Amino acid sequence: MTVVLDPTSELTPAARQRTARPESLNGLTIGLLDISKPRGNVFLDRISQRLDSLGAEVIRYTKPTFSKPAPVDQRHEIATNCDAVIEALAD
Amino acid sequence: MNKTENNEPGTLTNEADNSKTENETGLLSLTTPEVPPLPEGLVAVVKRDCPTCVLVKPVLHDLHRRAGLTVISQDDPDFGEAADWVLHDHDLALSWHHSIETVPTLLRVSSQGIVTASTVGWSRPQWEQFTGVADLGEGLTEWSPGCGSLSVDPAHADTLAVRFGSAGLHSRRVELASLEDEWEAMWNRGWSDGLPVVPPTQARVLRMLEGTSRDPSEVIAVVPPSLVECSVEKIAVNAVMAGCTPEYLPVVIAAVQASCNDEFNMHGVLATTMSVGPVLVVNGPIAARIAMNSALNALGQGNRANSTIGRALQLVVRNVGGGRPGEVDRATLGSPAKVGFCFAENEADSPWGSLATSRGWREDQSTVTVFAGESPRIFVDQRSRNPESLIRHLAQALRVTGSPRMLLGIDAMLVLSPEHMARFVDAGWGRNDFMAALGEELLINSEEVLSGADGIAEGLPTAAAGRKVPKFRDEGLLVVQAGGDAGLFSAIITGWSNGPGGSDPVTHEITP
Repeated sequence: MTVVLDPTSELTPAARQRTARPESLNGLTIGLLDISKPRGNVFLDRISQRLDSLGAEVIRYTKPTFSKPAPVDQRHEIATNCDAVIEALAD
Repeated sequence: MNKTENNEPGTLTNEADNSKTENETGLLSLTTPEVPPLPEGLVAVVKRDCPTCVLVKPVLHDLHRRAGLTVISQDDPDFGEAADWVLHDHDLALSWHHSIETVPTLLRVSSQGIVTASTVGWSRPQWEQFTGVADLGEGLTEWSPGCGSLSVDPAHADTLAVRFGSAGLHSRRVELASLEDEWEAMWNRGWSDGLPVVPPTQARVLRMLEGTSRDPSEVIAVVPPSLVECSVEKIAVNAVMAGCTPEYLPVVIAAVQASCNDEFNMHGVLATTMSVGPVLVVNGPIAARIAMNSALNALGQGNRANSTIGRALQLVVRNVGGGRPGEVDRATLGSPAKVGFCFAENEADSPWGSLATSRGWREDQSTVTVFAGESPRIFVDQRSRNPESLIRHLAQALRVTGSPRMLLGIDAMLVLSPEHMARFVDAGWGRNDFMAALGEELLINSEEVLSGADGIAEGLPTAAAGRKVPKFRDEGLLVVQAGGDAGLFSAIITGWSNGPGGSDPVTHEITP
């Protein structure tokens, strides 16, 4: 861990702020990212059903391997196509 | 002593004082550990690893017996003496706080714990005089030099500085996670101009602050566009990130002072759709002291001071002031100079004095002049052999500064190379002769530049017809000498709107 000194005016929080929580999932596009751990798909299948019933559109993604971060292109694709993403860690 | 007993040198935390707290945003705040008191009377600071300290052990015994000496050992907890008059400076707090540089150091400490006198190394006559005790160290050599104190050992110095000195730093501590790449993490937080920045760790910032005698909390300027008070410490943090060494810090501080005021108008320079940024010219003795480049490639890359001082100023504007491209920075095109543009004048080879002396400063003063300018445009003249030819040609090039039809409202900086300057100097011209002749050449017949003339809409109003109009206002052309010995080139740096509605050049003294 490196501790650095904030070079800014400190008028904004140093920790990254979360995106505002959507009020409703109706009409939103939700990405479901399977990180390729066993049975993550089982969990995401069920989540997908639940999202369907709430009126959300679901796009499924799968990471090539759980041991490495998602490739830049895939992250970009998710960010471009989805309003929110749910990642399945599972095992 | 006991208060910090559990701490090893280099630990950030002080459990006994509970001085490290972590709040929910993951930020650290540290408070000052107390300065440990020294025992009253005679005190010797020693380390087992120092042959002189070991040599004088019998003397220390003798002095304890005859004069109540206390020994403080930096390494070996009891210095080979399990005695209550031998204390262990286990975290080097005593040595650090009392600025011990050499062992053995003999101190005389008042009842208030204040050091009133000290002597270093072993010297029989000095120790006898210092302690008032005669016949010390029978059979020992007369004199033996000491060793470096553990508290100034390079292996410990940075850690101790952070441990004991960082409490004076007020900037928010930001933890970068161990799996985060430091550079990516800083980029993601918006702290970089696009080039890598050096992580501003506490140790680096403390080292940077060694470059100035100012208090880290001193407010230097109010930085636009967010109009934030900027301390020496914040400038030091950004100077570390820009790649400066501590010796450059006074120049960066002066550059911030020169830029953040109504006259220079850093806010306007930042916010304008024109492509200018702060161009810095360093004059005076400091330029050589910090090895700035005023010769070959002076306006280019490759010299650390030239490359990082201007960048440090721009990082202060970006990070402290919040001036970022696409936000308040509205430059239509921008320029490479906006990353940071700083160079020194070649004063040694200029018989005309310097930019700073022409603006009323003395030769022995170090100054920085800030000018709102673009990247340099090179002017080529390889045929003129007399000043008359060169000045006419130079005037033609200067006429188009901004545009051929922009008169009086824009300033320029002319960087004369040694070979171009020599054309004038060899003919006996001084700075005033040069400026006067150039002024004559830059009187422009308004008919040529009226709006509509030659079918061009841009231009002076028709009311200006029939006049001779100067290209530049008085003092609107800044002349500097720099560049390599060979090459018949000079450089013109185009400015921005001048006067109260724009920016005026500002020169500020550089002080420690």
